[in-house]
Amino acid sequence: MLKIAGLTKRFGGFTAVSNVSFEVEKGEILGLIGPNGSGKSTIFNMVSGTLAPNSGSIQFDGREIAGQPPHRIINLGIGRTFQIPRPFRRLSLVENVVLAGFYGQGRRSRREAFEAAERALGLVGLPTDRGATVEGLGAAALKKLELAKALATAPKLLLADESLSGLDEHEMDQAADLLRRICRDLDVTIVWVEHIMGVLMRVVDRVMVLDHGEKIAEGQPAAVASDPRVIEVYLGTQAAAVRAAAGAARA
Amino acid sequence: MAIFDIFLLEALLNGVLLGGVLALLSLGLNLIFGVIDVVWICYAELIMLGMYGMYFLYTVYHAPIVAAAAVCIVAVAILGVLLHVLVIAPLLGAAPINQLLATGGVLFFLQSAATVLFGVEFKNLGLRLPVLKAAGMFISYSRLLAFVAALVGMVLVYLFMTRTYTGTAIRAIAQDRQIIPLMGVNSRRIYLVTSALGGGLAGLAACLLVLQYDVHPFVGLSFGPITFLICVLGSLGNFVGGFVAAFVFAEIIALGGLYLDLEWGYVFAFAFFIVMMFVRPEGLMARRS
Amino acid sequence: MTRYLPWLGGLALIGLPFVYTAPYPMHILIIILIWSFAYTSWSVMGRFGLVSLGHGGFMGIGAYATALAWNYWHISPWIGAPMALLAGALLAVVVAYPCFRFRIIGHYFALVTLALSGIVLQVITATRDYTGGSLGYTPERYQSGSSFYALQFTGKTTWYLIALGVWAAGLYVWHRVDRSMLRYALEAISEDEDGAAAAGVHVTLEKLKITVLSAAMTALAGALYCQYQMFISPDTVSGIAVSLQMVFAVVVGGIYVPLGPTVGAVITILLAEVLRVSFGTRAVGWDNLVYGILLVIFIIFLPKGILGSLLALRRAS
Ligand SMILES: Nc1ncnc2c1ncn2[C@@H]1O[C@H](COP(=O)(O)OP(=O)(O)OP(=O)(O)O)[C@@H](O)[C@H]1O
Ligand SMILES: [Mg+2]
Repeated sequence: MLKIAGLTKRFGGFTAVSNVSFEVEKGEILGLIGPNGSGKSTIFNMVSGTLAPNSGSIQFDGREIAGQPPHRIINLGIGRTFQIPRPFRRLSLVENVVLAGFYGQGRRSRREAFEAAERALGLVGLPTDRGATVEGLGAAALKKLELAKALATAPKLLLADESLSGLDEHEMDQAADLLRRICRDLDVTIVWVEHIMGVLMRVVDRVMVLDHGEKIAEGQPAAVASDPRVIEVYLGTQAAAVRAAAGAARA
Repeated sequence: MAIFDIFLLEALLNGVLLGGVLALLSLGLNLIFGVIDVVWICYAELIMLGMYGMYFLYTVYHAPIVAAAAVCIVAVAILGVLLHVLVIAPLLGAAPINQLLATGGVLFFLQSAATVLFGVEFKNLGLRLPVLKAAGMFISYSRLLAFVAALVGMVLVYLFMTRTYTGTAIRAIAQDRQIIPLMGVNSRRIYLVTSALGGGLAGLAACLLVLQYDVHPFVGLSFGPITFLICVLGSLGNFVGGFVAAFVFAEIIALGGLYLDLEWGYVFAFAFFIVMMFVRPEGLMARRS
Repeated sequence: MTRYLPWLGGLALIGLPFVYTAPYPMHILIIILIWSFAYTSWSVMGRFGLVSLGHGGFMGIGAYATALAWNYWHISPWIGAPMALLAGALLAVVVAYPCFRFRIIGHYFALVTLALSGIVLQVITATRDYTGGSLGYTPERYQSGSSFYALQFTGKTTWYLIALGVWAAGLYVWHRVDRSMLRYALEAISEDEDGAAAAGVHVTLEKLKITVLSAAMTALAGALYCQYQMFISPDTVSGIAVSLQMVFAVVVGGIYVPLGPTVGAVITILLAEVLRVSFGTRAVGWDNLVYGILLVIFIIFLPKGILGSLLALRRAS
């Protein structure tokens, strides 16, 4: 479905993503992990068109999309969430999602946009009444809003830059469960970014690891988690989590 | 204003001379923009007041011209500080566009204050500097003087920015506003110094322009727009870009003025600006993204 | 009751010239309506943070194109005004497209458009052989009287009704934009262009749409002004001062409420008239002096404008 080859992005002299290639199969959930600053969000930015790559190709359903503007890419069926939620505070909660529903589906009709928004809000569990505002939403709710906006665009492929770091244990499980349901029930292929590995490993079909902009491992969660290079990268704070995740994945 | 009427070369040379003054103008505006992140739309009106100052001190009160110039520069610098304290400072936290509009209000105010106080008649210094004749070309001393003084002014600002502690702090802030709290500098003081500096440059420009042009309440409108374009083209806040753009614009104006009217020079400059935006947008945005 | 208020107000405005016809107040009313329409046109885009200082340019194009087409080619204003409107829209595209495409926003956009209005004034002045330059310009009278074909009327009542209709149409456009998806997109863009683009909005296109709409409306205001006054000069319909005057009136009235620009027009024009009547020719300059001070005070202390603040107060209580 998504085929990426030799993707590279430089910021000035600094290479944030270096010659990364991978594929995403239809219907799967691919986990994308790596320490802070390893280039995960940058890959998302390039696939969704927010940034143009310096080189490499991005093929979606056989069509080259590298360097295309974001609104065109979203209309082809690639939705994305931002790691740091970007709600539009001048619009109400519903309007936020309606906007995505209307423009993200190629400006088809107002009615469809409102329906898509209501569905998406219902799915993530946010209020659908017209009066609800963005003001005063907590971290978890803002992440749900991000997800609802992406879903309202009726994506075939969802790039979820989730980073559940701000959430508690229970909220993390909920979020993971939600992604699984979206994949299964709505038939949406998902690439999920996260640097806390525990939750992710339990949900994804495959996982890919980035470090300093390079791909260092890819495969089944269990195999990746016991890969010596991955353990080395995560040695510091998360070594225990990696081992626990490996255990959970095996179980 | 039959300034550009002899030869192409002469026009080119005059363009260079005009470029010096335009560069001076945009330097002051750029400084304010880069450091305080506001645009003084009324910048050209400060210059207009400076020109009136010169007119009154020199022509009406017969002060020596150098003394008059010094007084004007200081006076406009003080105006700059006042503008900051009275209008900009209360709006520092507001939407950027509000600061812009407030200085628009000051523009109205200054223009009409000048109309009320001085009337709408054109005034000039009544000072005839000799015309330099070289290789068959006529170059007026006032232009040459303006050019040299503009260069000297810019060099002084450069030295101030690179050799003094305050100047270094100003440059650092112009490059990255995030560092203000980190540097432990008193941003209020930096803003005041910058405003004074920007005002002082406007004062200097006023002294130079009044040698060549009549002053009237709306004189600011004839070089204000061009200054803004120079700043945008040279990417606002970027001193070198503004400098280069000033000379390009001055040449266009001079050459346009040679073949048609001076107004057409401005029109070509604007057309050039639009074309440049299509061709070289990166040049415009060096500072952002 | 409040639901019928707009309709009652509208009826009263329509009925007014049939019971009251004193020429001077009528003239002031017509002027207020025309400028209200121009200010509303500005706020159609200005309310989304797209602060254009180029609208003096669009207004000038509208006025001069209509008058020139009539005088030189005898094109009826019924055709000339739409042509002028197109010209304004075209100019808006030429200037705004590169701005939006290359993300010239905020201050930068204001400065580029500011230069635009200055340049339009320069062009009008430079082509003085055709436009009369700074001395101004007059569309030729057609058969010395009122003519539908020439859009020239001597009666104030006719002009009042025309201006009222156009003003109401301006409010309707404002309302339609307010109800449209375009508003969602533009609110989003004004906050976060990347975020809006990621939601599928074609940022450049949507901004261009509203700019063209606003510029075309403003050009129409210029054409209307020209036909009513039968005299235009670069200083009264174009240039930076006119641009700032628009922004000022809108800020005073209230930028985010539909009637804000109209309230701004009423206040600023009445202010200028009062000053003019009480000071006579000595008022030259004084009106703008007061404008300028008020503008600064308003932005510092009442950024929502008079009507906007009143409405916010009512909502809060
Ligand atoms: N617009 C930009 N300009 C300059 N550098 C950037 C830009 N965006 C990202 N970077 C740099 O590129 C590197 C990769 O950033 P990226 O956001 O892709 O990391 P990440 O893997 O998503 O990290 P995290 O887990 O913290 O979200 C970082 O060092 C970052 O500072
Ligand atoms: Mg990231």
